[in-house]
Amino acid sequence: MRLRIVFFYFLSIYVIACKTSQISEKNEEVEGQLTENSLDPDSGLRIDPNLMLVKANCTACHSSKLITMNRMSRERWKETIRWMQEKQNLWDLGESEPLVLDYLEKYYAPESQATRRKNLEAIEWYELKKQE
Amino acid sequence: MGDIWNRRGFLKKSALTTITSLIGAEIVFARHLPKKVLPVMMEVSPDDLLPGKHPDLVILNNKPWNVETPAHLLNDSVTPADKMFIRNNGNPPEEINMSNWTLKIDGESALQTKEYTIADLKSRFKHYSYQLTLECGGNGRAGFYPPASGNQWTEGAVSCGKWTGVRLKDVLNDAGVKQDAVYIGYKGADTHLSGDISKVPISRGVPISKALEDESLIAWSLNDEDIPLMNGFPLRLVIGGWPASTSGKWLRSISIRNVVHDGEKMTGTSYRVPKYPVQPGQKVPEEDFMIIESMPVKSIVTYPKSGAILKGTNKLKVNGHAWAGDLEVSKVQVSIDFGATWLECELKSPVNRLAWQHWSCTIDFPQSGYYEVWAKATDSNGVSQPMVIPGWNPKGYLNNSCHRIAVKVES
Repeated sequence: MRLRIVFFYFLSIYVIACKTSQISEKNEEVEGQLTENSLDPDSGLRIDPNLMLVKANCTACHSSKLITMNRMSRERWKETIRWMQEKQNLWDLGESEPLVLDYLEKYYAPESQATRRKNLEAIEWYELKKQE
Repeated sequence: MGDIWNRRGFLKKSALTTITSLIGAEIVFARHLPKKVLPVMMEVSPDDLLPGKHPDLVILNNKPWNVETPAHLLNDSVTPADKMFIRNNGNPPEEINMSNWTLKIDGESALQTKEYTIADLKSRFKHYSYQLTLECGGNGRAGFYPPASGNQWTEGAVSCGKWTGVRLKDVLNDAGVKQDAVYIGYKGADTHLSGDISKVPISRGVPISKALEDESLIAWSLNDEDIPLMNGFPLRLVIGGWPASTSGKWLRSISIRNVVHDGEKMTGTSYRVPKYPVQPGQKVPEEDFMIIESMPVKSIVTYPKSGAILKGTNKLKVNGHAWAGDLEVSKVQVSIDFGATWLECELKSPVNRLAWQHWSCTIDFPQSGYYEVWAKATDSNGVSQPMVIPGWNPKGYLNNSCHRIAVKVES
């Protein structure tokens, strides 16, 4: 009986998670068109009300590229902040921390991947005229 | 893709960022300023930022500089200095005087502490030149899922230049190595990104047995010229076949240790992988990590560049390099049907131990269409590269999965 309850508990989480991901994918299609205008020209970071807060806390020591090229869950971004605080002299973010994490979670979360090797993407086709 | 994503655009932007931070005020509409309005000091060319580096290298990170070489630019048998990747952990030293640069040998297991100028090294020890494969432990990190944090290297954090210097073992033996020596650990002149001078950006090393190999060098020259600043000028270690982070740059001291070296990025999870296979995303306790030693077998396709369209012919010559850490590569094969069948390539012997090997073959495509050419190397122990991403690990090291290029046949 207990097992069955546990099973349905996880099943319901799974169903909710599937629905949520469908919704977020749809939203992505509508509003997620990434254009140059959605990026801060100085840093390449996504423009957002919390952008200046993120820049003030995150890019004093390291390049903004260390953010833009990474994809992590909120928990892993938080662990990374803790690691920087422990090892790299990062200060206590105080009240800013949840806002910084909101921002990172919103724009720099892992993307889903279907296979263990992705299809080749952004191939720049060219005519190979004379072989070496 | 917008302007800021190409290298020159990015550099312009980062130069602008630097200038605005120097002036102490944000130029709010900087990107709308016509070029002529920009102050003269902002006219910074890429060469001023990365002197001597090829403009098509891909900048992953500019603070610290981490720059990778696209596979097709690695086609030379000996990697030229301008195409050698950069993996910095801190800021390179700013003032370097080759004539008063010294290297100190010390440590618990050194019989005596000794100091050498570069002139001492050149005059007192025999010179050796080797072509040595240096690959970042995190090369291929971009392939792991869930994503591993750090610089998202694809294939290009690898090089095989010709290094000249003295044997590390000759210098260590000159200072004297005690029987209880276990490891060596280097220190460089690079500084921590936070500006905190008490912090060391990186200080790694290798077991004494690897340090005493013939090919382990203290080098002052790459391809018969001074080492580029970003690659360790004026002096560095070169430890072929192991994570390139063991090849300390801007080398100031080497400690002969009676314990496994415990410098920055030797401990915790840095350059370490779990001792046992783990599920992707699994949490692994720190004590279950082990230090990466010899790098795994790997190959790249350096010709042609991915995206080649063939017209009027079904034949294509492909070539590249293969390497296998401390071992040799015994076989390279290519597949145009996603691994269903393999064609064995011609493979050359390495020019010396720990140098990459060159392979080539000619493919005859059966009909028009889209193809991927996958390359797979096998080492002298019979171990091959996986086609899929190998075992996930928390820090994303050691992805040696097969490299591939896209080809279209339109004849």
